[in-house]
Amino acid sequence: MGKINTFLTRTRGRNGPDIMDWLTYGYLFLGVALMFGPVLWLLASSFKTEAELNSFPPRLLPYKQEMITVTGYDDPLPLYIVTEGEHAGRTVAQVKRIGLSAKVLDPENPTETFKIKTSEREAVERVALATENYTELFEKFDFLRYFWNSTFITLTATIIMLIFNSMAAFALSKYEFRGRTIVLALVIGVLMVPQTVVLVPLFMIAKELYLIDTLWGVILPGAATPTGVFLLRQYMLTIPDEILDAARMDKASEWKIYWRIILPLSAPAIAVLAILAIMWRWNDFLWPLIALSRNENYTLQLALNSFQGELDTEWSNLLAMTILTLTPIALVFAFLQKYIATGIASTGGK
Amino acid sequence: MADLTLNNVKKSYGAAEVIKGVSMQIKHGEFCVFVGPSGCGKSTLLRMISGLETITEGTCEIDGEVVNDRGAADRGLAMVFQSYALYPHMSVRQNLTFGLENLKTPKAAITTKTNEVAKMLQIDELLDRRPKDLSGGQRQRVAIGRAVVREPRVFLFDEPLSNLDAELRVEMRGEISRLHGRLGNTMIYVTHDQVEAMTMADKIAVLRAGEVEQFGRPLDLYNTPANMFVAGFIGSPRMNFFAGTVSGADLILPKGDRLALPTSGFDITEGAAVTLGVRPDGLKVVSGDATGPHDIHAEVVTVEKLGGESYLYALTAEGEKITVHSQGQTRIREGDKIALAVATDALHLFDSASGKSHRRDTDGIPT
Repeated sequence: MGKINTFLTRTRGRNGPDIMDWLTYGYLFLGVALMFGPVLWLLASSFKTEAELNSFPPRLLPYKQEMITVTGYDDPLPLYIVTEGEHAGRTVAQVKRIGLSAKVLDPENPTETFKIKTSEREAVERVALATENYTELFEKFDFLRYFWNSTFITLTATIIMLIFNSMAAFALSKYEFRGRTIVLALVIGVLMVPQTVVLVPLFMIAKELYLIDTLWGVILPGAATPTGVFLLRQYMLTIPDEILDAARMDKASEWKIYWRIILPLSAPAIAVLAILAIMWRWNDFLWPLIALSRNENYTLQLALNSFQGELDTEWSNLLAMTILTLTPIALVFAFLQKYIATGIASTGGK
Repeated sequence: MADLTLNNVKKSYGAAEVIKGVSMQIKHGEFCVFVGPSGCGKSTLLRMISGLETITEGTCEIDGEVVNDRGAADRGLAMVFQSYALYPHMSVRQNLTFGLENLKTPKAAITTKTNEVAKMLQIDELLDRRPKDLSGGQRQRVAIGRAVVREPRVFLFDEPLSNLDAELRVEMRGEISRLHGRLGNTMIYVTHDQVEAMTMADKIAVLRAGEVEQFGRPLDLYNTPANMFVAGFIGSPRMNFFAGTVSGADLILPKGDRLALPTSGFDITEGAAVTLGVRPDGLKVVSGDATGPHDIHAEVVTVEKLGGESYLYALTAEGEKITVHSQGQTRIREGDKIALAVATDALHLFDSASGKSHRRDTDGIPT
């Protein structure tokens, strides 16, 4: 605790914070607010009821109206405080709303009902989490199905991509062959082609191969990425050739050199690529939207989209699902981000 | 047995010929050193023997069998690399066993061999460490151990000591020599350091620009160099050369100094342009009565005083750099004009144009 405290309260000025400290912390807090504000808002909103979400002005915390069970009525009744008029100050339960007035009763004396104006009352509320937003996802929608689809696509595609990219990178970095430069130039050239341009041809190829509306149709087209090949190649260039020669003298086959020498030594770069690939695949939307049409094949991102109807959007479920979709990728990133930093630093130079 | 024979071996990259026909025979158990300036092709030649580089033309035979088309691992050779090339992600033990595992050696045998070699090279304490936790000398031992454990027919060393500091280099030099004595295998060793070559080798091959200039025992190369290049390369500091014209029994230098030519052992033609070679310890500073008609006059540029001996670096009247070794401590200072006399029989005479030695019956020069 003491260490964290000293770390957090460090200042540039020797005797307390100076102007630079104020500016720095101000800038950092602004950054935190800009980056985490929307996420926190999303998190808070995902626990609000549909009615709360539609109310104006919006409030930060999720509230819920107090309900009370009154004998003689099957459903719980909402509680209000009367603010004006002859009954001002009393807590009443609303039985029925009729136009601009409401039929209410006193919970302590349920037999006597009377009418008040809707403008003369205020709802009794408390902070409460609308957890039904989440539970409904599992009851009304097949959330686990989408989650499995997303996970399967992400993991399979990442593994396939790492294998293909590292093999290509190995060949392009460690073998001398005719046309190597041309192949490399082509790979890098593909980096400059936006995905939207190849969307239609890609769709036609996938259709010919009967891949449309299958999970493999999403996995296979991205099996090799120019970014990955280039990133790994740059890293593999730094592995000394003498190590490969030593392995050849040790009677290692070329496959063994790749598997036992090159792959372990490229681990930092592969970790970076793995994290990037997981994030790309998990968040991918456009291609799955085109390739997948049956509801049972939907990924989380597509399922999210399907909440947004033409006329009606179920914001409460949508926000809850957004949180569930965000969480795994945020965890992956949180645990592996130090590899990204070190990995990118080491793949960049040399 | 592991005799190695190279028959007119050539290597070209496109139009550039880097090895221009090398032939030599290395007998079983010999310690052979390839030495030459950088870029002379000695490492390429070693890699061709190892199988890591293809042979463009000619044949490489091990025990009479042509191995041109055999893979690097199937030739029964092991190599120690300049950068050690240890596998950084494996422990020392895994580094040693990797090759044996690939050769499908039984597990028990691997363990025995590894422990044996580790003990021999005094790395048994380090078996569970990673290469990055080792010092330069220890890495070198592991690299050698990795070669030894395979029990190869021929060991190949590619400048293995060039990354070590001077003291460690001397120590490892002795170690490799002892290893050679103990194992008795054929070893081929590449270096650009002629001291390493002289101290370790049974046979030295001096290479220049892809060709063998001379192949023979170290002292034969020192005493009877086949040409000016070998004469200048072997021996430290390098041999002094005096270019001039033969006139009677004398060599006349362009500015008029005269030197006595060797009286026997060389073919001398009157009026020929020849170069006389004298090692630094064959020149002596003379003064007063000791001066004679066959002195060279020079001006001292630098004096190196090592305590027990001194080296004078001087310029002759022709502007040639010469080195003089003098025993003990000298009083001569920079800028002094000195007279030098040849005080040895170990003279060398070369053709000034071709650089070839004029020595009669020159042994050990490849044809």
